[in-house]
Amino acid sequence: MEVPILKQGSYLIASIQSALTDADLTQLRDSLVGQVGRFRSRGVIVDVTALDVMDSFAVRTISSLAQMIKLRGADTVIVGIQPEVAFAMVQLGLTLSGVFTALDLEEGLANLEARTRGGRRLGR
Amino acid sequence: MAAKANVPSGAKQPADLLRELIAHLRQNRAKLREEWARRITESQLLMAMTKEEIFAEATSVYDNYVEVLETGSVEALQAYARNLSERIIPRGVETHEVVGIVLLLRDVLARSLFQKYQADFALLNRVLDAYEPAANRIANTVAVGFVQERERVIRQQQEAIRELSTPVLQVRERLLILPIIGIVDSQRARQLTEQLLRGIRANRAKVVVMDITGVPAVDETVANHLVQTVDASRLLGATVIVTGLSPEIAQTLVTIGVDLAKMNTVGDLQGGIEEAERVLGYKVSTAPEGAVSREQL
Amino acid sequence: MDAEQRIPIQDDRDIVAARLEGRASALKIGFSPGDATVIAAAISEIARNIVSYARAGEIAISAVERNGRRGIQIVARDAGPGIADIEQAMRDGYSTSGGLGLGLPGAQRLMDEFEVRSTVGRGTTVTMTKWER
Repeated sequence: MEVPILKQGSYLIASIQSALTDADLTQLRDSLVGQVGRFRSRGVIVDVTALDVMDSFAVRTISSLAQMIKLRGADTVIVGIQPEVAFAMVQLGLTLSGVFTALDLEEGLANLEARTRGGRRLGR
Repeated sequence: MAAKANVPSGAKQPADLLRELIAHLRQNRAKLREEWARRITESQLLMAMTKEEIFAEATSVYDNYVEVLETGSVEALQAYARNLSERIIPRGVETHEVVGIVLLLRDVLARSLFQKYQADFALLNRVLDAYEPAANRIANTVAVGFVQERERVIRQQQEAIRELSTPVLQVRERLLILPIIGIVDSQRARQLTEQLLRGIRANRAKVVVMDITGVPAVDETVANHLVQTVDASRLLGATVIVTGLSPEIAQTLVTIGVDLAKMNTVGDLQGGIEEAERVLGYKVSTAPEGAVSREQL
Repeated sequence: MDAEQRIPIQDDRDIVAARLEGRASALKIGFSPGDATVIAAAISEIARNIVSYARAGEIAISAVERNGRRGIQIVARDAGPGIADIEQAMRDGYSTSGGLGLGLPGAQRLMDEFEVRSTVGRGTTVTMTKWER
């Protein structure tokens, strides 16, 4: 299942609509990395509000997504992790350290704006 | 199911006797059920229920009773007992009442058997040999089922009390305070985490001040839960400031491998709130124009 | 929920199916949304194991009860290569930074009871249970 990716100014916003298979997640990562290069985007928001679970595979893939996008000169923020999903993640020992996270789309945009403006790094 | 009248009573197998007794209970269903309901009222049991309700439940229990005698399996009865308990516990029915009515039914049926087989004492004995183990098993199943359901309700109530006793307070915009007081065990810690995360999302909080001044000590498991709470909050975009960290708890955290330098800790609650405001104020000032319009980017 | 739910596991779509079913079953049994997600995550890890290491397998989800307490039991079976050293597998490479390795230690962390039986060349069965609090 393809995840829709919207271009908003110099940002890309990927909104996950439902539970993703491993293959879907990998494809999303590769699409985003490709598009960041193509559009010279400065930031990427991945909205995971609709993700039912973030297990070790999802966390690995999202971590590498953020790293690969960083190599292309852009910032990433993950938004919309649900309380139950966060609860399960930390019990598994998955903290997504090194990846910026925000509550929702609005906060995610604020986060990217602060970072791309060269403001002091928040949250780390 | 007709009794085998031409077989001499001494030759009847327990299985035959049981079948005979079940047939007897079925034939006399209306009469025995009515007598049972009467004795329930006489004993002033199930006062919380109306006569119609008692009669309806009596019918179900009676039929389940006979079914257990017939099939030998208590599964259907267990399911019914659980269902019945779920319904009557909120009505205030107590354990002694449930045990009481089941024993009354056992007595009513036993007396009915005495009456039927009174002419042949040896046969009566054998009928009772067939009846009693099953009857006791039934009484046990219903009583245990009721008690277990009660215990489950009590656990749920305790959970609700725990939840009420640790409110997540919204003090200022985007700032939550979580004052934790008293002994924290694993279960409470987990509940705290779930509550806080829901609170962060509901209040769109960016900073949480978690005050543990009132927590005397924690073991390593609970210390882990606290760290998990901080990590999970961050996943929702909120920073956690821990205040009131006692030297004992600090030591426990270090023991489980937490780098206290990385954890945002402040001495007391007031200091924590000031730090939180600083963090929030700082974040606001990085966007001096207020809400930045997206077209500008 | 009375009947056992069985989900065949062959590809990564089945991992999603299994964990969605697990979550739904957990909620039906009476687990909180938080615990239901934890159970789904454990199923996800185990199901991925089957897809990664065995060609095919099956996950069975059922409601259980002990001393009046309800719980959920998940049995994951496969006819894959099996695990030679289970102890090693449970210890191996599960770093807190993200999880390499078999995913078994991760699932164990999330569940209350956890048992692995495996025969090299024959297959593996993982049985895990979580109880309501």
